[in-house]
Amino acid sequence: MRLQVERNPAPVWFRVLIPLASILLTFLLTSGFVLAYGANPLQAVYYFLIDPLSNHVRLIEVLVKTTPLLLTGTAVAFAFSGGYWNIGVEGQLYMGATAATAIGLQMHNTPAWLALPLVIVGGILAGIAWAALPALMKVRLKIDEVVTTLLLNYVAIFFVSAILNGPWRNPVSQWPQSPEIAASAIFPRLIPRSRLHLGFLLAVLVVLGVWYILSRTSFGLKMKAVGFNSEAARFSGINVERTMLAVALTSGGIAGLAGAGEVAGIHFHLIDAISPGYGYTGIIIATLGALNPIGVSLAALFIGLIDTGSQTVSRALGVPAYLGDVLQATLLLVTLGMLLLQSYRITLRWRGRVPAE
Amino acid sequence: MTSDIDAVVAMREISKRFGTVLANDQVDFTLRPGEIHALLGENGAGKTTLMRILYGLYRADEGQIYINGLPVTIHSPKDAIRQGIGMVSQHFALVSPHTVTENLILGMTSGMRLNLGQAHEAVGAAAAEFGIPVDPKAVIRDLSVGQRQRVEILKALYRKARVLVMDEPTAVLVPQEVEQLFSSLRSFKEKGFSVVFISHKLHEVMAITDHITVLRAGRVAGEVSTRDTNPNELARLMVGRPTFGITRKFDNEQKTIPALVLEGVTTLDNKGLPALKEVSLAVRAGEIVGLAGVSGNGQTELAEVLAGIRPVIQGRVLVCDEDVTHADPQAMMAAGVGRIPEDTRANVIGQMTVAQNMVLEKLDQFSRKGTLDRQAISHYAETLIKDYQIKASPNDRMRTLSGGNLQKVVLARVLAQKPKVLVVAQPTRGLDVGATEYVRSKLLEQRAEGAAILLISEDLDEILQLSDTIAVIYEGRIMDVRAAHGATPHELGLLMAGVQKG
Repeated sequence: MRLQVERNPAPVWFRVLIPLASILLTFLLTSGFVLAYGANPLQAVYYFLIDPLSNHVRLIEVLVKTTPLLLTGTAVAFAFSGGYWNIGVEGQLYMGATAATAIGLQMHNTPAWLALPLVIVGGILAGIAWAALPALMKVRLKIDEVVTTLLLNYVAIFFVSAILNGPWRNPVSQWPQSPEIAASAIFPRLIPRSRLHLGFLLAVLVVLGVWYILSRTSFGLKMKAVGFNSEAARFSGINVERTMLAVALTSGGIAGLAGAGEVAGIHFHLIDAISPGYGYTGIIIATLGALNPIGVSLAALFIGLIDTGSQTVSRALGVPAYLGDVLQATLLLVTLGMLLLQSYRITLRWRGRVPAE
Repeated sequence: MTSDIDAVVAMREISKRFGTVLANDQVDFTLRPGEIHALLGENGAGKTTLMRILYGLYRADEGQIYINGLPVTIHSPKDAIRQGIGMVSQHFALVSPHTVTENLILGMTSGMRLNLGQAHEAVGAAAAEFGIPVDPKAVIRDLSVGQRQRVEILKALYRKARVLVMDEPTAVLVPQEVEQLFSSLRSFKEKGFSVVFISHKLHEVMAITDHITVLRAGRVAGEVSTRDTNPNELARLMVGRPTFGITRKFDNEQKTIPALVLEGVTTLDNKGLPALKEVSLAVRAGEIVGLAGVSGNGQTELAEVLAGIRPVIQGRVLVCDEDVTHADPQAMMAAGVGRIPEDTRANVIGQMTVAQNMVLEKLDQFSRKGTLDRQAISHYAETLIKDYQIKASPNDRMRTLSGGNLQKVVLARVLAQKPKVLVVAQPTRGLDVGATEYVRSKLLEQRAEGAAILLISEDLDEILQLSDTIAVIYEGRIMDVRAAHGATPHELGLLMAGVQKG
């Protein structure tokens, strides 16, 4: 048996089919797990995909879940487009959340019109600062950013854990969570009596901004040139190091904003698990969205949908909520596999020609 | 042809085709016991291809290989090793965190247990037997390039090779190491081993070999005995093409002031070894200076220096009296230097469009407050596509273009800037006849408009056809600078091979 892989770009209609086929295949592959829990896979599909869209309360919840994912997905997509492999969005998010909390705690006598910008800018700056260390090491010393950004995630997460178990431990409950931030620092609701907050609007603005930078500005063209072929970019007179640094810091800033949004929009205090891996999910979303802000938005919405659905599905069918994570991971693997078909044709031959001895 | 009976290796009527290129065309090659036999030829003459066929890395389309008079089929390096053939290529195949011994016994051990102590002894004994000084316990990454090469040779001999193929072994060595290598090779010869010495350097071939087979454009140009020949004859066999019609006449116009001046420029290659050694050169406005040389003698580094992407460690570079020695690419372009890079495909962004690539070097002209003026970009691209007869549309991805069209895009991008100095590296390599003619005519047009052009090319015909002045580079030094009028391929070939006149 011989596997033959030929370069052969697929027609356009086939490319459109790939995401749909990926979703279908993902549900097929994961139906085994659902069956193992004695539940009906078709029902699982319903609760994952249809039920969250069936009424507006649920729909708003999907958007709430999508908010941090839009930001982390965009942060990753922006960095990757510029050839900077920022795996540290998770840590940058934690530092943004920490800074937003620190500022939010001091805002008790400050009006909202001042408190909100301070929290937002503080979160962004903290994300930038945390991203600056590995970015400078990459640009000045050529130290691989994949390793440094990844490892700094743990430093950030444990730093948060340390301050929550130390100076910020809640004096009343003794839980490792910070006191609540000032009311003036809490993001206003976009829809009354829902959890949808200012952060969603900011996320949409960031996505639009990144789309504009990537497709309409000279900086966007330069950073993509660096991402595609840094040597050719250098030859063309682009300052590769400076461009990469700007990309890395912007990405960190977006991640920091995501952290600020989770504190000021959802939890109102800092907790250990401020992010259940939004930074890593951002990598999945950026990849699924082909690093394109529009694709990233769709992917973030889809993951937000599955996240919302996984809670319903566990309640309704008695399967673990972790099934949602399995689904996400499977979808990524399936999509990456399917993307191979976009540019290659794979044929299986049962008997190759045996070379004459 | 000598009799095949006493030949260790006889390759008969070997042909090998890569796509449309005939790399080997009915090549005969005979290696006798106890001799050092050179395979001499220009780059791309088919030397390495022939030896890769012998070593089982390629399979010949036609022809037969005989080892010790018996016909054999060699399908893989394993077959070759079994036949007693070892090859030391330019890129060593060593595992750098491992020791010499571990590298030597890799793939040669049997059973589960590995007795390293015994292996060290065996390797040490082999090193002593062949007179190759290496420490069996040394870790590869701590060794110099010359020492690594010795390990490669020892590896071949340790695997019972009787025939050693050395692919340009001196390319990576410093002169002292070359001496040591040569004395090792001579001692193998005395032990009855045979060596194939692939090279394009005449003096080395004259110094070390017994016989020489010269390849030119995939064919055998001649086989001679080293003691019956001289560098002149070899150069003629190697370069050997007739000087056919030079298309332009040499006008003795009044020479203008130099637009590009290099003064004692020294720079390092990627390994940190000197690539250019005090190179001095001047190119006047309205003049084409051709830089001839066999590849790998510093041309790439020179082009990179003038592109602003390789630092100069000594000397000065002046463009129209402006010091650009330490200029970055942006400053180089601002000074009026247009660059056509050696590897065009690697120096454009294949995933971006033709239009984007055309404006990448001058985005400031095509954006307002950082926002791209997309209309101006596509208008500009359409104009260039029309002016330069490029068969592409502005929104085509660059990588979908043919070599000729790709080169035209780069040409258009550069010439539209009206450069005062043009640095052109291998402008027609890999292009078809039509595209080649087009590129050459554009260069002559630029010359007529007063640009100073440095033409770096391995194609001697191209150099002779286009240049006013010819400089020859060899091992990072300018061997000679002379008027192109009256220069012959033969004398240039000698200079290119490092043979100083007189």
